[in-house]
Amino acid sequence: MELNFEHHQTAHCENGVASNLLLNKGLKLSEPMIFGIGSGLFFVYLPFLKVNFAPGFSYRPMPGAIFSKAAKRLGIKIKREKFSNPKDAQSALEKNLENNVPTGLQVGVFNLTYFPEEYKFHFNAHNLVVYGKEDGKFLISDPVMDYVTSLSEEELEKVRYAKGALAPKGHMYYPVYIPENINLEEAIKKGIKDTCKNMLAPVPLIGIKAMRWVAKSIPKWAEKKGTKVTNHYLGQLIRMQEEIGTGGGGFRFIYGAFLQEAAEILKNEQLRELSKEITAIGDLWRDFAVDIARVYKNRNSKSNIYHELSKSMLHIADLEEAFYKKLRKAI
Amino acid sequence: MKKQDIPQDESNLKSANMTEVVYVTDENDNYTTANSIGWEAKKLALDESLELINERIEEAKQNVANNIVSPVIYFMELNKMDFGVLSSYVGMWQWRVKRHAKPKIFKTLSETVLKKYADAFGITVEELKNFEGK
Repeated sequence: MELNFEHHQTAHCENGVASNLLLNKGLKLSEPMIFGIGSGLFFVYLPFLKVNFAPGFSYRPMPGAIFSKAAKRLGIKIKREKFSNPKDAQSALEKNLENNVPTGLQVGVFNLTYFPEEYKFHFNAHNLVVYGKEDGKFLISDPVMDYVTSLSEEELEKVRYAKGALAPKGHMYYPVYIPENINLEEAIKKGIKDTCKNMLAPVPLIGIKAMRWVAKSIPKWAEKKGTKVTNHYLGQLIRMQEEIGTGGGGFRFIYGAFLQEAAEILKNEQLRELSKEITAIGDLWRDFAVDIARVYKNRNSKSNIYHELSKSMLHIADLEEAFYKKLRKAI
Repeated sequence: MKKQDIPQDESNLKSANMTEVVYVTDENDNYTTANSIGWEAKKLALDESLELINERIEEAKQNVANNIVSPVIYFMELNKMDFGVLSSYVGMWQWRVKRHAKPKIFKTLSETVLKKYADAFGITVEELKNFEGK
């Protein structure tokens, strides 16, 4: 059985699943629209949580937050279920397929057979859609892939029951109610306000303040932990920024696309200008990643390189702070 | 990022015949999407991370050969796990897993416990027991 489901590749898995599932229900919202309304732009620093032997950085909010916030602001209801027994999880999924309901799943990446070997880490908050079953295999629309794939029952169970941090526990979700009239303008405004509030939050672990904390830590790592560890931490910073569907530079561009769409809908020219501004900031994040990569390449680079990286990141934080302040006023 | 500036550097994505979507601006500053086969800066970061993992695997192998740690550590590193991830896969407290990392204690483990580790690593109990770091 194969449901009538359109696969569209997106830059980030969660927006992608959300926009593909809603499109299937006849609601056409772009990936940037979901991302913006769901306040996907974020920054958090968790120095005490070690991920892959480096501190936790994230350019995105908690998994599931984007779709949940977007749905709430649009008046859409999503049903979310978890199962302690894998067999129940599978039969619930099959029942959905029988009822013509393409279903979003939270899965672990490590055992995703179609992913490149190098991308298989124990990261448990990836999202994909199951849209059918054929010859005992589940048909998969993974939004970061160009093409649709499939997984055997056993393979799907493995990724649905991946263990460790953020274990999915068979988590599946799908929209159950979409209002006839959607107040897009209101939802966009709420999304923007929330993003500004988060990024300008007066706490050190999130938003601009967290960026500054990381920036100031770079030379300190070099001093205390040596170049090897510092380079690994910086590598983690790039990977969190740029790896498939994690955020950072790429996320600034999705936000730019969102603001451009929002400018049309709200008939607000200022948002169009701000779209250009966040695009320029996204470019700076990319330059920052290139500078870090250069540190790997020329192992004996100049000694003040860590101070320079720190300065570039502080500069980006300043620009972002000004950006969110303007954005807050613009709506 | 401008559409014409999008990097097309050969990368790890190639092995899965994948590309990724990037949001870029066209000549009129309007947003659109384009696909990229990879970006060198990102590949270098990923390579660095894999190099670290390989170093850890190699070190664990040596330590098993020298009877400093049990095979549990080697297969844990090989599967890119840490104690937290492994302990949730085998359903035991971290302190127990850490105890099982000692060669002496590992030798006393029952088949049932060994089976839990073997399943978590996707190998047989024999493979786990007989790994000597060679």
